[in-house]
Amino acid sequence: MKKAAFWIAALAVLGGLQLFVRDIVGAYNYQILVLVGINIILAVSLNLINGYTGQFSIGHAGFYAVGAYTCAGVVVYGQEAIRGATGFLPELGQNTVLLLVGLLCAAIAAGLAGLAVGIPSLRLRGDYLAIVTLGFGEIIRVLILNVEAVGGARGFSGIPQLSNFFWVYLGVVVTVVTVHNLVQSSYGRAFISIRDDEIAAEAMGVDTTRFKVLSFVVSSIFAGIAGGLFAHFTMYLHPNTFLFTTSFYLIIMIVVGGLGSIEGAITGAILVTVLLEVFREFGAFRLVNFAILLVLIMIYRPTGLLGSWTLVRAGRRPGRAA
Amino acid sequence: MKLPTFSSSVLLLGGLAITSCSGGGGDAANEILIGEYGSLTGTTATFGISTKNGIDLAIDEVNAAGGVLGKQLRVIVEDDQGRPEEAQTVVTKLITRDEVVAILGEVASSRTLAAAPVAQSNGIPMITPSSTNPKITEVGDYIFRVCFIDPFQGFVMAKFAATTLKVRNVAILTDVKNDHSVGLTQVFTEEFGKLGGRIVARESYSEGDTDFSAQLTSLRARNPDAIYVPGYYTEVGLLARQARQLGLDVPLLGGDGWDSPRLTEIGGPAMNNSYFSSHYSPQDTSQLVRRFVGQYQERFGEVPDGLAALAYDAAKLLADAIARAGSAEPAAIRDAIAQTKGFVGVTGTISINAQRNADKAATVVRVAGGKLEFVETIRQ
Amino acid sequence: METFLQQVINGISQGSAYALLALGYTMVYGVLRLINFAHGDVYMVGAFAGYYIANNDAVQANLGASWMTAVVVMAGSMAVCAFLGILIERFAYRPGRGNSPYTLAFWLAIVGSSVGRMVGGSTPALLAGAAAGAVLGVGLDRLGIRPARQSSHLTLLIIAIGVSLFLENGGQLAFGADPKFFPEIIPTRRIQLGGLTVDSQRLTVLGVSVVLMVLLTLIINYTKTGKAMRAVSFNLDAAKLMGINTDRIIAFTFALGSALAGAGGILVSLLYPRIDPLMGIMPGLKAFVAAVLGGIGSVPGAMVGGLIIGLAEVMAVGYGQSTYRDATAFVILVLILLLRPSGIMGKRTSEKV
Repeated sequence: MKKAAFWIAALAVLGGLQLFVRDIVGAYNYQILVLVGINIILAVSLNLINGYTGQFSIGHAGFYAVGAYTCAGVVVYGQEAIRGATGFLPELGQNTVLLLVGLLCAAIAAGLAGLAVGIPSLRLRGDYLAIVTLGFGEIIRVLILNVEAVGGARGFSGIPQLSNFFWVYLGVVVTVVTVHNLVQSSYGRAFISIRDDEIAAEAMGVDTTRFKVLSFVVSSIFAGIAGGLFAHFTMYLHPNTFLFTTSFYLIIMIVVGGLGSIEGAITGAILVTVLLEVFREFGAFRLVNFAILLVLIMIYRPTGLLGSWTLVRAGRRPGRAA
Repeated sequence: MKLPTFSSSVLLLGGLAITSCSGGGGDAANEILIGEYGSLTGTTATFGISTKNGIDLAIDEVNAAGGVLGKQLRVIVEDDQGRPEEAQTVVTKLITRDEVVAILGEVASSRTLAAAPVAQSNGIPMITPSSTNPKITEVGDYIFRVCFIDPFQGFVMAKFAATTLKVRNVAILTDVKNDHSVGLTQVFTEEFGKLGGRIVARESYSEGDTDFSAQLTSLRARNPDAIYVPGYYTEVGLLARQARQLGLDVPLLGGDGWDSPRLTEIGGPAMNNSYFSSHYSPQDTSQLVRRFVGQYQERFGEVPDGLAALAYDAAKLLADAIARAGSAEPAAIRDAIAQTKGFVGVTGTISINAQRNADKAATVVRVAGGKLEFVETIRQ
Repeated sequence: METFLQQVINGISQGSAYALLALGYTMVYGVLRLINFAHGDVYMVGAFAGYYIANNDAVQANLGASWMTAVVVMAGSMAVCAFLGILIERFAYRPGRGNSPYTLAFWLAIVGSSVGRMVGGSTPALLAGAAAGAVLGVGLDRLGIRPARQSSHLTLLIIAIGVSLFLENGGQLAFGADPKFFPEIIPTRRIQLGGLTVDSQRLTVLGVSVVLMVLLTLIINYTKTGKAMRAVSFNLDAAKLMGINTDRIIAFTFALGSALAGAGGILVSLLYPRIDPLMGIMPGLKAFVAAVLGGIGSVPGAMVGGLIIGLAEVMAVGYGQSTYRDATAFVILVLILLLRPSGIMGKRTSEKV
């Protein structure tokens, strides 16, 4: 009952905000607001692998790309069929169905990609795992570059604008609630036990293989959803958006915010996205100063801005996901 | 359940408050604001920089001559780092925060395609100086260009290869990360086939590559009479050197992406005996071109490349359209740009057609002894 | 067959460049367990250092295009990179291990100079800004704002990414973002061997890489410093207890690795004379893949890894599709790591309980 009330309230608030948020903040801030939301979904989901399960993935951009291209592909090529089947609905209803179908496909495709990366990666640890996930991310990008149906190197244009503030922040709420519930459950304790001491976890009867793959798959599903929302917000996709540097920025977000906590990931996503915009005031010096700030934060506050948990002293409880 | 997002949302609002408090406006009474976006940094920075130089030169000239409608033009430049999603964000910023009345940019079609829908939906005219992908102006009636499109340029080089150079077996090396190059390859293949030529081999490379020896070795095995490389000079110069090192001495053919003094600087003598289609020839003796080349050289210390020339024309055409519109209202400017007929620019006489593309002729240029020589003009 | 052999030659010369870069990754990883993502950018700085030295009027007037120029350019660039490596280690990585005074002053001086440049627009303003930043940094340090000294693996990695972003964007400001042409400092000749064509520069590159690798192996295996490096790499704490000045050894390792990157920058620029501030990103990544492939921490492994990646890429392009070039390195990496999780020549380490 309480759950239903929460979701109805969330829908009502977001729906209400959608009506006038753009007029209040202006189109530019609206754009940033939506990108912040997409980055929150990406950071919170990546945090599941890197923060909670203690695995080290730098290939998140790959799953993001899979979701973006799948969603856009399904919508662009399936548009007529879906609109035909839902012809009895008004335009808005048709768009909703279209987007939801696209997002569902994006989630499935990205989840499968996560499974494909997760299983072989199990044998690897630490930096070896990191470089392999990075490699997978790049392989996915290169494959997309070679698919003519989605524009290949020319980029995918003509994607209808279906997502907006409402959908992106609904995605944020769904992601946060799901990840929150997951890490609070027995699954979450299994993830954290793997992070803190994999051998001990195994000795205690935790099926580490299963949980590692699970964290990859769940994380990828949300990255896929973020991708779908991004595709239908920007209306144009290009493989270069999903370079490994995008994965780097996501890692930066979760580490700067504080690894292993949902608030940390959210803070990091907001901070990095907004700072990069604010730093436009620096003109040509924008990224130089951003880089210095990043180095200084890491030197002076290695646990991240909100983090209370450090990797050096493994074993301490992570910041409670409130 | 406590919402974990609370502390973060406070931060978000704070951040947005910071972003929204600065910028914007300009002295509306005696300035007309124009937005420009381009890759001033990143792997394709050299294109963005040339474009910016061309626009700066044009705008300063217009302002020195008294501006437009009694007002000075001011260009606000944003760097998109060569990333499509950044292009979209900065164009949104230019339009909604800086409130520019028109947008100039980009070179790469991928960035223009990402940003064009923003301009279209906000009703702000955008002129791309040098994006040649036909899809761009199909985005909507506010999107224009001053360059010719891929199909025409591919046709020009195919015709030149078949009728002037009289070669039959051509190999193609495409930059597959570059939509411009992919487009030219398609058209060239079709047109060259129609003219009785044969494509004996196809290989590809990617923007930013430095080693082409593997592709060139494969091409060499097919003994082509010429190699069509419709890429950018940043790669072509290196590619030419490696071709000569491998003993491939046949002519190289290319497109407007070659047009830069850097081509011969990087390629050196390896570039000799190569031909490319371009928008103009710096050797052109018309007064307009001579003055443009002279002033550009004086200010930036090098011969302008094709991108700078197109950017100069785009900015000049925009200023002309604002003057003809008689107002700095975006819709009026749009109509005036659409009605442009016979505008004389350094890259030729430009008329905007019904598809909002520029109708103009192409020039074929030969590289010889480190210099660019005019060969012929080919019309549609 | 002729084409195939030609491709092998192409692959080996490409691979030797990766190998030189991979050595730097492997050495730093050996002593610090750190993926030094900034390594590819040090290689870029090396290329630019060479560019400015070769175009320097004094060098041009006195030496012209002779072998001496090449030697001066190479030595100069290696020195610049070694210094840069020490700076990076001193102000970015060391603060995570222990107190490292003037860290804040160093970085704030750079921020200050950028602010000075923006506000004042002149060199004095830039210097004033730098001075102000440095003073502020020293002041904050006196007030007790000190590095937290508990950086983990991951924070060090983010620092590395930060340094890399800094060098790439700083490079675009300092050198200009447009590509430059690297002068031909050694004459090139086409050598015909039957149907094969090798140009003399490829041979030079190969030769110099081999010499550098042999020198490195000698340093690591037969000098006292090399012994200390191996000790630090084996166990940092134990090495410290044995009286080895670990900070000095780590700094030396960075200097050595960076000097090799600088040499790599020059050699690659000879082959592909177009240099730009972002030129280090992809080769850096591939070289890292090569290092992991060979077994990170292993010097011969890095060489083997580099050659494999170079050859594989050229074959993928020559007999497949060039678009798959960037993916080739990663596909090989995934395959080899699945068979041998610690790389071709890496030591198998069992997880410590």
